[in-house]
Amino acid sequence: MTLDSKVPGGPIEGKWRKHKAELKLVNPANKRKFTVIVVGTGLAGGSASASLAELGYNVKTFCIQDSPRRAHSIAAQGGINAAKNYPNDGDSVWRLFYDTVKGGDFRAREANVYRLAEVSNLIIDQCAAQGIPFAREYSGLLANRSFGGAQVSRTFYARGQTGQQLLLGAYGSLSRQIAAGKVTMFPRREMLDLVVVNGRARGIVVRNLVTGQMERHEAHAVVLATGGYGNVFFLSTNAMACNVTAAWRCHKKGAFFANPCFTQIHPTCIPVHGAFQSKLTLMSESLRNDGRVWVPKTKGDARKPKDIPESERDYYLERKYPSFGNLVPRDVASRNAKFMCDAGMGVGETGLAVYLDFADAIERDGKAVIEKKYGNLFAMYEKISGEDPYTTPMMIYPAIHYTMGGLWVDYDLMSTIPGLFVLGEANFSDHGANRLGASALMQGLADGYFVIPYTIGGYLAGGGLEPVSTDSAAFADAEKEAVARIEKLLSIGGKRTVDDFHKELGHLLWNDCGMGRTDAGLQNALDRIPAIRAEFWENVRVPGGRADFNQSLERAGRVADFLEFAELMVTDALARRESCGGHFNEAFQTPENEALRDDENFCHVAAWEYAGDKKAPVLHKEPLTFENVKLTQRSYK
Amino acid sequence: MSARTINLTLKIWRQRQGEKKGAFETFEARGISTDSSFLEMLDVVNENLTLSGREPVAFDHDCREGICGMCGAVVNGRAHGPEAGTTLCQLHMRHFQDGDTIAIEPFRARAFKVIKDLAVDRGAFDSIIQAGGFISVNTGSSPEANSTPVPQENAEAAMDAAACIGCGACVASCPNASAMLFLSAKVSQMALLPQGRPEAAKRVLGMLRKMDALGFGNCTNERECEADCPKEISIAHIARMNREFLKASFFSKEK
Repeated sequence: MTLDSKVPGGPIEGKWRKHKAELKLVNPANKRKFTVIVVGTGLAGGSASASLAELGYNVKTFCIQDSPRRAHSIAAQGGINAAKNYPNDGDSVWRLFYDTVKGGDFRAREANVYRLAEVSNLIIDQCAAQGIPFAREYSGLLANRSFGGAQVSRTFYARGQTGQQLLLGAYGSLSRQIAAGKVTMFPRREMLDLVVVNGRARGIVVRNLVTGQMERHEAHAVVLATGGYGNVFFLSTNAMACNVTAAWRCHKKGAFFANPCFTQIHPTCIPVHGAFQSKLTLMSESLRNDGRVWVPKTKGDARKPKDIPESERDYYLERKYPSFGNLVPRDVASRNAKFMCDAGMGVGETGLAVYLDFADAIERDGKAVIEKKYGNLFAMYEKISGEDPYTTPMMIYPAIHYTMGGLWVDYDLMSTIPGLFVLGEANFSDHGANRLGASALMQGLADGYFVIPYTIGGYLAGGGLEPVSTDSAAFADAEKEAVARIEKLLSIGGKRTVDDFHKELGHLLWNDCGMGRTDAGLQNALDRIPAIRAEFWENVRVPGGRADFNQSLERAGRVADFLEFAELMVTDALARRESCGGHFNEAFQTPENEALRDDENFCHVAAWEYAGDKKAPVLHKEPLTFENVKLTQRSYK
Repeated sequence: MSARTINLTLKIWRQRQGEKKGAFETFEARGISTDSSFLEMLDVVNENLTLSGREPVAFDHDCREGICGMCGAVVNGRAHGPEAGTTLCQLHMRHFQDGDTIAIEPFRARAFKVIKDLAVDRGAFDSIIQAGGFISVNTGSSPEANSTPVPQENAEAAMDAAACIGCGACVASCPNASAMLFLSAKVSQMALLPQGRPEAAKRVLGMLRKMDALGFGNCTNERECEADCPKEISIAHIARMNREFLKASFFSKEK
């Protein structure tokens, strides 16, 4: 099968307008004859559910948490980008498009990114109308800030809780449609399989997490908005329930998985403290606007930070990148922290941390100014670490934060399975090899509010969707398989817990497929993963029963899928013989240790097809053509 | 981050799924790092229970950074435990002493049914929001964002209210199991913004009616909700909601 991205022709500025004009429409009276399943209620799934229901479709929405308001989009702190150019500082749709393509290290599809920038302004209008309490100037007009090293101020924010506020806006719109009877909400459900009938996505099988009952749901199309797979690393900034299961099940049913090795590591997280740590906490990137990153110049210097004189400190980002300094992009900042710690300069009990020091900023601006800017972050740091960042430097270390890879989609956001649409972090389309700050919220809402309402109509209006029954063999088989898996997990009765396996896998991936990858490390991971997986299926212990609220069983199913997915991620990393963005293979770097792309041979999307158990996945390549942006080497010197 | 380890005695509420009654069960938690969060301490207990062939304690949790509102339990009589402005996942074990006994039970209220152990059903909160906790704007029909200025002071006050994470601690700590703090946070946020005014009367009446129907109690100014709210939402929002309610009742056509 050849990948057809279905990008419309013509100049990039007119593609989306032209496409919208050409898409078939579903008559208003006919919309109520169609049912759409939406899985996930984060920014993408929540906004899609509400918008599709407003149009008149019947929507069935599923989420894993007890309420659609809790999806992990809620934890996003910094802000959302849009090309409003309110500050009059030279921003435009074009510049936002350009920055996103460049930031993604030229591995994203131009046309999708342009559309993202184009609809960004509509998102802000929509959110303001929903009553989202964005930060405002004294005039009452919206405030902007610069974020993630961008040279314009295009980020809209609601204190340090922008994700929460945007999600609650989408949740409000979704709640309105639930009350109107247009959305049927199914909380505490986990999607365990996709049902494909006559080659089209026609339903899902879910487990009711409270009762353990299996349920079958049919629809005319399925929209997947189930987030990223960062938790494959065990420790990440993702919420505990974030997982790859829904996407992986779709992959095994025929949806190609694109660029799984593009994972983002965020430089400013609170370091790991011990073996029982369950997750990592991100500290907003905005801290690097005022904090200075340093380590001691001497290896193993165990003095307290305040006892280390200025002359014995290495402000390594400022030294290596004089023009961007502490504000280099996420991938560069992360890698440099790793280099320093690997060289033995790391600080703290584990040696896996660097200092982020606010002493100079506090002396320059006063404590009150710093508190106004970062008070909530400093308080969070103090709560977790027990140390006061006003008087002693913060300790930070990079952590897995976001995954740019995901299910392959075309311009309509449809996967390689007709009728299966994939939105938000779950798809691969907009961020290339590295996502810029404040762009995840923009993409989730762009997909849900302003793309899928148009493109799904074009699909449904195309016809050929005969009625399906949940009693049919396709549904029965999918359910049978899911139940068999659950029973197998419960029957093993081994000696190791699910978390124990998850930690082993995560540790392996963090070392061998994390910030700095090597062929030897990747090969080691490829050798080890099948062994861990085999032991999991022989020696895992999952207590409790099937017809119960059984959180161990939930985790076991997710880890089982991570153990399969991990192999694909490492395979993809090995196959990409270059470094770009979040994928850094140490064999491919410039003399200055920057990522060295190979545009001649790897300017493509790597889309993997599942070929069956114990068979190597098949690689398909979607060539990326850059007609509007010139490929350059990123430089932040 | 100088970690110590402590030993604790836990009295945890156990209740099987589908059963109306439960009881406290006692567990020993040994060698708990003071750098751990409260939920990480429960993870350790659960790992040991699993290995010893017993069923782990069910408890809800997700983001573990204090924003999703999924976690929560009553710890030594306080919703989310003893630290002010802190969710259970952000409560760290350094606030406990070696040898402490800790009682852990679910959020209790008529409207919050226990699902299992510490996990409760807070679907009633979703029902309250569905009764009007939104602005009725369809996607695509919004005016340009800056066409409606919002005084900075109002935007900030609205944000104070909007910080609610919907965890249910206010209900668990209230002697009347009232949802007034939760409800007022949403009413207040919307009432402070020009975008929320057209539906203000309908919203407050609809949400209050729903709250009563779901079996939550009323507010008698005990202020326990404010004391235990992990986001420190002020009861001033209840006062604003009461004004909205009076205005709606006397001066609007909404019923």
